[in-house]
Amino acid sequence: MTTSNQGNYFIPEPSKWPIVGSIALLTTVIGAVTSMHANAGEPPSMLLWVGFLMIAYLFFGWFGTVINESMNGKYNAQVDHTFRLSMMWFIFSEVMFFAGFFGALFYARQISVPFLGGAANNAMTAELLWPAFDAVWPLLSNPDNSIFTAPKEAMGPGGLPAINTAILLASSVTLTWAHHALRGGNRKNLMIGMFLTVILGVAFLFLQAEEYMHAYSELGLTLGSGIYGSTFFLLTGFHGFHVTMGATMLIVITIRCMKGHFAPDNHFGFEAVAWYWHFVDVVWLGLFIFVYWL
Amino acid sequence: MSDAHHDHKPTGIGRWLFSTNHKDIGTMYLWFSLTMLFVGGTMALIIRAELFQPGLQIVEPEFFNQMTTLHGLIMVFGVIMPAFVGLANWQVPMMIGAPDMALPRMNNWSFWLLPTAFSMLVASLIMSIMGMGSAPNFGWTFYAPLSTTFAPASTDYFIFSVHLLGISSVMGALNIIATIMNMRAPGMTYMKMPIFVWTWFITAYLLIAVMPVLAAAVTMMLTDRNFGTSFFSAAGGGDPLLFQHVFWFFGHPEVYIMILPAFGVVSQIIPTFARKKLFGYTSMVYATASIAFLSFIVWAHHMVTTGMPVAAELFFMYATMLIAIPTGVKVFNWVSTMWRGSLTFETPMLFAIAFVVLFTIGGFTGLMLAIAPADFQYQDTYFVVAHFHYVLVTGSLFTIMAAVYYWIPKWTGNMYDEKLGKVHFWLTCISANVLFFPMHFVGLAGMPRRIPDYSIQFTEFNQMASIGAFVFGFSQLLFLYIVIKAIKGGNKATTEVWEGAEGLEFTLPSPAPFHSFTTPPQVK
Repeated sequence: MTTSNQGNYFIPEPSKWPIVGSIALLTTVIGAVTSMHANAGEPPSMLLWVGFLMIAYLFFGWFGTVINESMNGKYNAQVDHTFRLSMMWFIFSEVMFFAGFFGALFYARQISVPFLGGAANNAMTAELLWPAFDAVWPLLSNPDNSIFTAPKEAMGPGGLPAINTAILLASSVTLTWAHHALRGGNRKNLMIGMFLTVILGVAFLFLQAEEYMHAYSELGLTLGSGIYGSTFFLLTGFHGFHVTMGATMLIVITIRCMKGHFAPDNHFGFEAVAWYWHFVDVVWLGLFIFVYWL
Repeated sequence: MSDAHHDHKPTGIGRWLFSTNHKDIGTMYLWFSLTMLFVGGTMALIIRAELFQPGLQIVEPEFFNQMTTLHGLIMVFGVIMPAFVGLANWQVPMMIGAPDMALPRMNNWSFWLLPTAFSMLVASLIMSIMGMGSAPNFGWTFYAPLSTTFAPASTDYFIFSVHLLGISSVMGALNIIATIMNMRAPGMTYMKMPIFVWTWFITAYLLIAVMPVLAAAVTMMLTDRNFGTSFFSAAGGGDPLLFQHVFWFFGHPEVYIMILPAFGVVSQIIPTFARKKLFGYTSMVYATASIAFLSFIVWAHHMVTTGMPVAAELFFMYATMLIAIPTGVKVFNWVSTMWRGSLTFETPMLFAIAFVVLFTIGGFTGLMLAIAPADFQYQDTYFVVAHFHYVLVTGSLFTIMAAVYYWIPKWTGNMYDEKLGKVHFWLTCISANVLFFPMHFVGLAGMPRRIPDYSIQFTEFNQMASIGAFVFGFSQLLFLYIVIKAIKGGNKATTEVWEGAEGLEFTLPSPAPFHSFTTPPQVK
């Protein structure tokens, strides 16, 4: 594996993109902090939008460069293997990012909430500090309801979440179908599969937004409604953010499919996006089970 | 093809800003680290000057808190980690027979995110000195609620700088993993890799596993501070202790991130100057992997006094003590490598031997701290400070200096000034012990850490430590001078550099060519 085409490994020329990327991220985070520190009602800082534009420029420019190099045949099998390894372990690092939030969820459900309710050796703590607190998950009352307003109702697994689960699972199937079509050289099925996948991905995001509005306006479930709302929105929110990125990537490779960038035996860009999409899918299953269902 | 450009070195500032060369990027990492060493070191000297006498002398307590916080953050994220990444950048491609790192552009981005992140942290300190708000002041471990409810506004900049540092570390680690898995010369099987490459390989996995968890922790801080969540607030069903759990799930592997490459460096240097093969190569690899695995199941030994259930305290205590076994294997292997070797004591070897002795002291105090009932006494005292400075200064920092002395002839083509190197070693080694050893005593006697004032019976030991600190700090200017002198000139280094040196990097001419191995060597 390591010996193929040794000596021809592609070393790129000096590149401006890393510096552009650093400046873009610096601008974005300064804009983000400025926006968070602004008085209530003020619009987000202009710097934030400038930062986002620079990030968009970075992605267009850097990935554009990589696509050009790839199309010009500069990448041999060894370079391809590098890409596979780094994408695989990048996804692993994303798994660990979600693990941090799942850890917080499990800690809240198994340790902090029961302990606040008097479990283990905390009977007196509960009695003296939070006598009215009822430690039942999902939390419909908080230890101190004057600071954190508890939701009226929890978000159950039925309805939108169940539909969204079906949508994401279906999108994984259509994507795999498209991949098989690509490998078999069946362009028509490839395009149908890609369009279906993109539509399903966007539909998921639309319904997720719908669900958030329902949570905020009818259930009283917000970021500020205690640990239940905190874990609910950070887990589903970061997942939604990843779906947004995944859907964007899907749109990009759909366009690349239209342009005929991918060969049946050489299409790592496609596979990387497919891996990412399946990863997002698996995270959702974890969410559906532990956030909505159990 | 790109091969046509192989020996053409870019010029001017663009060479550094736009670099795709592992040696140039490694150089930037190392200079960045040395610069930050002086910045963080200055903060340490302010702390030690204040602690020279009991009572408040020089700085306000609020500023003292900012100094301890930024000193820790800068030394961990700005000095030790970048220095080891810089060494990996220089050495890994040369040691495995590769032309460069696997992803050269991403490599440069990993580097440039560091100054980006630290510019925000340092800016918050400058603003604090100018009287506009406070820099982060909650200790380098940024425990909630000190870092959430009670923290200054600059904390949000701190949070994002940790995010950027995390992105930098994850990209750097991905690059190292891809390089080691994919770019080894034909014939270099995993069990033929130099041990420095092995230790970095395992360290890279630690990085991609825990830096994202740190990102999750600071993200929860951010939303608790700005968006009304209650992860770390009991009033909403959360728990400030949750922060400590998440932080130390990152933090304990993090301390091995800072020491495993040090083990690798020492395992390269000792065989060279003992003129013997490394004793127990295979056991070194397995010991490193075991330490890495154990680092994930010991985090709560940092939280013994937080009121965890006894079963948890016992589990974390025993798991922690298990780490002494693979670490002991390593120490005995280094000693056995030296046993009956033809030893010579050039500067890198002096630092390596000092490492073995002094790191072992730090390891023993670690064992003392691991004992849960005894830790109730040691928690948050200067004993802890003594412990982790023995493993991080006389451990990690000493090996970074050893590595620079060992490989700088290969990097510059010139030998460093051996006489000055030895002076630097003895000044550093003696002053480090004057600095950190008395901390054990004041700690055991009950002096708390992170407090600008202390009870008068601790005065003498604190004065010793402060004197040691100033000698230690100013001795590092000598290191800077030696490095610059070696870059400017000196006796020409041979290809092999050291009489007993082995490894692919010592088959390249000194200085090593701009692109390491354009044709991969065959490893037997």
